[in-house]
Amino acid sequence: MIDFEKIISSFPILDVKVNDNKLVYFDNAATTQTPTQVTNSIRDYFNKQNSNIHRGVHYLSNISTEDFEQSRKKVKEFIGAEKDEEIVFTKGTTDSINLVATSYQKFLNPGDEILISEMEHHSNIVPWQLCAEKTGAKLKVVSVTKEGEIDMDHLEKLLNEKTKILSITHISNTLGTINPISEITKLARKFDAKVFIDGAQAIAHQKVNVTELDVDFYCFSAHKLYGPTGVGVLYGKEEILEKLPPYQGGGEMIELVTFEKTTYAKLPSKFEAGTPNISGVIALGRAIEFIEEINLDLIFEYEAMLLNHYNEKSTILEYYEPFGTSLNKSAIASFNLKKAHHYDIGVLLDNMGIAVRTGHHCTQPLHKKFNLSGTIRASFGIYNTKSEIDYFFDCLSRAYKMLY
Amino acid sequence: MTSVEKTQNEIVEELSLFTDWIEKYEYLIELGKDEIDFDKRFMKDEFLINGCQSKVWLYAKQNNSKVTFHAYSDAIMTKGIIALLIKVFSNQSPDDIINSKLDFIDKIGLKSHLSATRANGLMSMIKQIKIYAIGFKEKNG
Repeated sequence: MIDFEKIISSFPILDVKVNDNKLVYFDNAATTQTPTQVTNSIRDYFNKQNSNIHRGVHYLSNISTEDFEQSRKKVKEFIGAEKDEEIVFTKGTTDSINLVATSYQKFLNPGDEILISEMEHHSNIVPWQLCAEKTGAKLKVVSVTKEGEIDMDHLEKLLNEKTKILSITHISNTLGTINPISEITKLARKFDAKVFIDGAQAIAHQKVNVTELDVDFYCFSAHKLYGPTGVGVLYGKEEILEKLPPYQGGGEMIELVTFEKTTYAKLPSKFEAGTPNISGVIALGRAIEFIEEINLDLIFEYEAMLLNHYNEKSTILEYYEPFGTSLNKSAIASFNLKKAHHYDIGVLLDNMGIAVRTGHHCTQPLHKKFNLSGTIRASFGIYNTKSEIDYFFDCLSRAYKMLY
Repeated sequence: MTSVEKTQNEIVEELSLFTDWIEKYEYLIELGKDEIDFDKRFMKDEFLINGCQSKVWLYAKQNNSKVTFHAYSDAIMTKGIIALLIKVFSNQSPDDIINSKLDFIDKIGLKSHLSATRANGLMSMIKQIKIYAIGFKEKNG
């Protein structure tokens, strides 16, 4: 059982009043809130151990380096990776994708193909477009069905010996669909294509095991995992990361520098140029501890219960139009209300204390395909409740009545 | 007092009668539903204002040294706010528009609800209105 009171008490931000209403935070797919375990860790870091890591001989540098590397081990175990060297700290999911989409250019030639899907976030589209422009590779796009699932037949059709890399989201940030990663990976293996998974929406909501999934790359952001902004993770299989050239140059990533030639540091330092977000990485470790203490399987069950309750409530509203109706969904619900503009609804909900996202959620091509200028998105986290969902639907009806 | 300032004061006075945000927003929604003088032929990309989550098309005309503004939006609330802006700026001289200070948005308590995030193109709308006024002024010599 989840100790709900204990969870809630870790999030002082939930006491914030918005326009005299209690805050209802349903924008967890954009960012999750940070528990005091995480914020305390950031404060303590600066008050007790702030220093640069991996080079100092002094006390502060040593304990910070130790904590930083502990976080790496924690991440490794959390996602079921095999080695510390496979965990690269980045600025976030976007940064992780850009790293691979840039470094992997070395292995791409004109005519090669990169495969993505129609449901990708802009950050899993644009870096690959840039990569394709640079290398002459072609970007191929797998269709999404009207239920909001990857069209597996189309995926199979598009895969061929020219496909070098396939980059797909684990869970759609707009539709909420949980994609069949193992199945996709198996198909890609037939053609020896590398598999990159954007795990931003999955990491805090279900157990992820990169070894079982057998993916080549997996990435996510700390701030969608109850951790701080500005920190992310790139997992990559060691043998592949070993072959990739560095993404950025600078301190930390070198072995020996002369003006004639520089040799690079070993993994993962090769991809961690410059002073990293040390307090953020350590805080990410605390966020993982926080999540593990609650238990990800229980979180998955709890959020599934929330989504179920939400879906039941939504069917009562005759003007509710869901976007993404897959049966295999994470706790993300995008929708429109008949005739109403998503912006009007969002502004009215905001005045009632409800935080949702409105607009295209950085998936413009997906919205365009279904002829939508935007949607309203409610996305849940571990501190959300059924009664908040009830309040949300009361407010939706009130807002709709104000408009029509 | 210029007539731009005068109209602003009138709006502030009218809206100060409302005691809570719901009444205020209902008023904006009513304004947003009113028929407006907008020629749909101007619903083209070149008249679209950037930075709005809802779409806003804006064009201007000059009649006897006064500028009139015509705008449309696909969102009702945005259309209501546009109606207020048009009330303030339409039928004014380019100089009055260019030199006007816009403090009424703050005074009617909409600024906190319609903050300058990328969701809101209010600032872009005002900028575009002033750009039109500058254009007409230059054209008039």
